[in-house]
Amino acid sequence: MAETLLALHGLRKSFGGLLVTDDVTLDVRQGEIHALIGPNGAGKTTLIHQVSGTLAPDAGRIRFLGEDITTLSMPARARRGLARSFQITSVVPSFSALENAALAVQARRGSSLRFFRAASREAALNAEAMDALAEVGLDARAATPAAALSHGERRQLEIAIALAMQPRALLLDEPLAGTGPEEAERLIRLLSGLRARYAVLLVEHDMQAVFALADRISVLAQGRVIATGTPDQIRADAAVREAYLGEDEAA
Amino acid sequence: MRNPRLWLPLLVFVALAAAPFLGLGQGHSLTLLARGMIFGLAAVSLMLLVGGAGLVSLGHAAMMGMGAYAVVVLDHAGLTEAWMVFPAGILAAALFALLTGAIAIRTSGVHFIMITLAFGQMAFFTTSSLAVYGGDDGYTLFSRTEVFGARWLENRLVFHFVCLGALVACWALVQTLLESRFGRVLRASRENETRARALGFNPTPYRLLAYVIAGAMGGLAGVLLANATEFVAPAYLAWQRSGDLLFMVILGGLAGPHGALVGALAFVLVEEWLSHAMEHWRLVFGPLLILCVFFLRGGIVGLLRRG
Amino acid sequence: MNTTLLLVQALNGLQFGVLLFLVAAGLTLVFGVMDFINLAHGVQYMVGAYLGATLTALTGSFWLGLLLALPAALVFGLVLEFLVFRHLYDRDHLSQVLATFGVILFLNEGVKVVFGAAPMQMPVPELLSGGVPLMDGLLYPTYRLAILAAGLATAALLWFLVERTRAGMLVRAGATNAPMVAALGVDIRRLFMLVFGFGAMLAGFAGVMAAPILSVEPGMGDNLLILAFVVIVIGGIGSVRGAFIAALLVGLVETIGRGLMPDLMRLFMDASSARQTGAALASMLVYIVMAAILAFRPAGLFPARA
Repeated sequence: MAETLLALHGLRKSFGGLLVTDDVTLDVRQGEIHALIGPNGAGKTTLIHQVSGTLAPDAGRIRFLGEDITTLSMPARARRGLARSFQITSVVPSFSALENAALAVQARRGSSLRFFRAASREAALNAEAMDALAEVGLDARAATPAAALSHGERRQLEIAIALAMQPRALLLDEPLAGTGPEEAERLIRLLSGLRARYAVLLVEHDMQAVFALADRISVLAQGRVIATGTPDQIRADAAVREAYLGEDEAA
Repeated sequence: MRNPRLWLPLLVFVALAAAPFLGLGQGHSLTLLARGMIFGLAAVSLMLLVGGAGLVSLGHAAMMGMGAYAVVVLDHAGLTEAWMVFPAGILAAALFALLTGAIAIRTSGVHFIMITLAFGQMAFFTTSSLAVYGGDDGYTLFSRTEVFGARWLENRLVFHFVCLGALVACWALVQTLLESRFGRVLRASRENETRARALGFNPTPYRLLAYVIAGAMGGLAGVLLANATEFVAPAYLAWQRSGDLLFMVILGGLAGPHGALVGALAFVLVEEWLSHAMEHWRLVFGPLLILCVFFLRGGIVGLLRRG
Repeated sequence: MNTTLLLVQALNGLQFGVLLFLVAAGLTLVFGVMDFINLAHGVQYMVGAYLGATLTALTGSFWLGLLLALPAALVFGLVLEFLVFRHLYDRDHLSQVLATFGVILFLNEGVKVVFGAAPMQMPVPELLSGGVPLMDGLLYPTYRLAILAAGLATAALLWFLVERTRAGMLVRAGATNAPMVAALGVDIRRLFMLVFGFGAMLAGFAGVMAAPILSVEPGMGDNLLILAFVVIVIGGIGSVRGAFIAALLVGLVETIGRGLMPDLMRLFMDASSARQTGAALASMLVYIVMAAILAFRPAGLFPARA
C-alpha cells in the first residue's frame, strides 16, 4: 500500500458555540486523489484552513511526512512541501503569470535575502516557472499580468503556482469553481495527471469531476466525516444519500 | 522596471548635475537644490517602505532626526570628522528603526501608521527635553562635518555634488532592492500577503529589514540636512515633516523610486515659492494637497507618462 | 513626592484622560465602522475650543457659549465630511492620511488668519471657579472636577447609547464587520454620518471644556490627536470600552510620569541632570507603555474586530 503522506487525527474546531469540525480523521496517500465532499456548510473549507495552517484546530493532530505539523505556521508547512490552492483565486495581480510562478520557485530555491541581482532575469527561476506554466497550458500567456488573465486562466495559474512549489502534497480547494464546461474538462485532465507525483486532497462541489478523479472520497456533513471509501462505495452508502437529500446534486 | 523607465531619473540627475552651471549657481539656489536633493533622498528611502513593502510610515522624519542629532551629539563632543559622523548618523537611525520596527512591524494597516506616528512623536519629545542639545530652541553646529580636517563641505558646490552623489547612490540601491529577490518578496507580500505565506514566505523579517534599510538612508539624509542648515532642531522630527515626506512620495507616484525624487523636488520648490508669495501659504498648500490626493492618482510621473 | 501632590497629579491625570477619551471615542468608532483614518479629528477639538471661546465672548456667558458651540461644532464637522471626507472612504489609508493632513494644514492656518496666532483666553465660569477642599491643605480647582464629572457622565451616556440602544448595537456590529452590516440592509452611510457627527461633537465638547485651562491656539489639537491615536492603539480599534480604559491609563501615565520622573531620577543623579533625564524619560514613558502592551497584544487590549 502506498505511503501515507498526510494524516488528520481527531480534528476539532468551534467558533463560539458552533462546532464546525467534529472529530475528523482521514489520511491521504502518495499517488491518490482523495476527494472531500459534502453539502453546503459541512465545514470543508474550514477543514482545509486547518490543514494548510490558516486556522488552528482546538483539538486533534495533523501529521505530514511523519512530522507533527499541528502547531506550525502556514509558511512553515508550505516550506515542508504542503501546497495549497485557493477557492477564490489568490495570485499577485501586478506580477505576470511567469513571475507568479517564479515567486513560488524562488520560495524553495535558495535564499530570498538576495539584494543585488534582478530576480526577473534569473534564468534558473524562470525556466522552472515556465515548466510549471507549460504543465497547465499557460506558457503562451507567461508575460501577461495576472490581473489581465481570464477567470479560467487564473484558476490554471493557481494550480501552476502550487506545482511550481514542487510539493509532496496538494490541497486543492474547489479548483473548478466558476469555470465553464470546457475549462473544467481541461482542468480535470490536468488534475488526473497529477495523481502519480503527489498526494492530493481535493475539495470539490462538481460531482462529475469528483467521481471521475477520486481514488477515495470522504463525505463531510455537519463537521463530521460520515463515510470514507471508493467512489462506488460512496455512491451506494445510505448515510451519504441521506445527507444529500434535498441537496441539488450537480448534474 | 528596466531600460525605458530609466530615462526620467537619468534626466533628473543630469539636470541636477548641470544646474549650478546653468544659472543656478548662487548661494540661495544651491541651498534650495541641496534641500531638494536631501529630502529627495529621504523620500526615495520612504518609497521603499510605502511602494515596496506597503508600509505607510508616518514617522520617517524621526529617522532623519536621528541622523541629524547624531551630528549634534558628536559636534557637542568636538568630533566632526566625516568618517565618524556619517556612520554614526546612519547607525543611529538604523538602530532606532530596528528597535521601533521590531514592535511596529508586528502590526499592519492603520495600526502601523499610528505606531510609527507615535514613535516619531516620542523621538520629537525626547529631543525637545534634552536642554544640553538646545532643547526646543535647537542647536547650532560649530562647524560642518570635516573630511580629515578639511572643510570641504562648506563649499556650496562641493556640498551640492556630495548630496547628489548620495542621492544617486540611494536611488540606485532602492531601485536594485526592489527588483531583487528580496524586493520581489516585499512586493508580493504587499499585494497579496496570503499568497506569499502560502508559498512559504514569512513577510515579517523582510519588512523589518526594509524598515531598517530605509531608516538608515533616512539617517544619511539627516546628516546631510544638519550640514546644509548648520542647525538642528526638534522641529525636524515633527510629525508634520513625516506627513510632508509621505506627500512627496505620493506626489511623485509610486511607479518607481524616481517618483519620490520628483515629488520631493516639486514639493520643495512649490513650498519655497508659495512661502515667499504669501504669508499664509499653508492656506493654499493644504487644499493643494487634498486636490492632489483626489485627482493626481499615479502622481506627477503618472501624468508625464500619459501626456 | 508626598501624598497630596500625588493625589493632585492623579486627579489631573484622570481629568486629562477623560478629555482624551472624548476625542478618542469618536476616532475609534469612525475608524472601526468606516475604516477611515482621520488625522483631522484633532482640529475638531481645536475648532470646538475656538467656537467656545468666541461664543462665550459674544454672549458673555460660558453656559450659552457651550450650548451654542456644540451644534456649531457638529455642523462644522458635517461640512468637512461633505467637502472632503466622504470622497475618501473608498481610498487607501495613505490617501486618507494625506488628505486629512491637508485639512489640518488648512485649518491650523485658517484659525491663525481669523483669530491671530496668539493664544486666546477663555475665562473659567463664575459658578465653577474657586476650589474644593479635598484634604487637609489641598484645594483642588472646582473647574477641573467639573471636567472630570462631565467627562465621566458623557462616558456613561456613551456606554448607554452603544450598549443599550438599537443604533448603538448597529454601531458595534459595524465596528466588528461593516460589510456584513451593510449586506444586512442597514444604511451604512447614514449610520456612519451618525457616528461621525457624534464623534465630532464629542471632540468639540472636549475642546470647549479644555479651553479655560489650556491655551486656545492654532495647532492645539495636533499633540492631543497623536495621544488619542496612542489611546486607540492601546485600547483596540473600534472599542469604546478600550478607549475609555486606555485613555485613563495614558492620562495618568503622562501626568504622573511627568511629575514623578525627575524626582525618581534625583535618587541617582544631581538635580539638574535629574531634571533633564527625568523630562526626557517622561516624554518617552507613554510610548514605552504602548510598546510594552503591543508586544503582548498587537491588536490592543479590547479589539472589536476578531
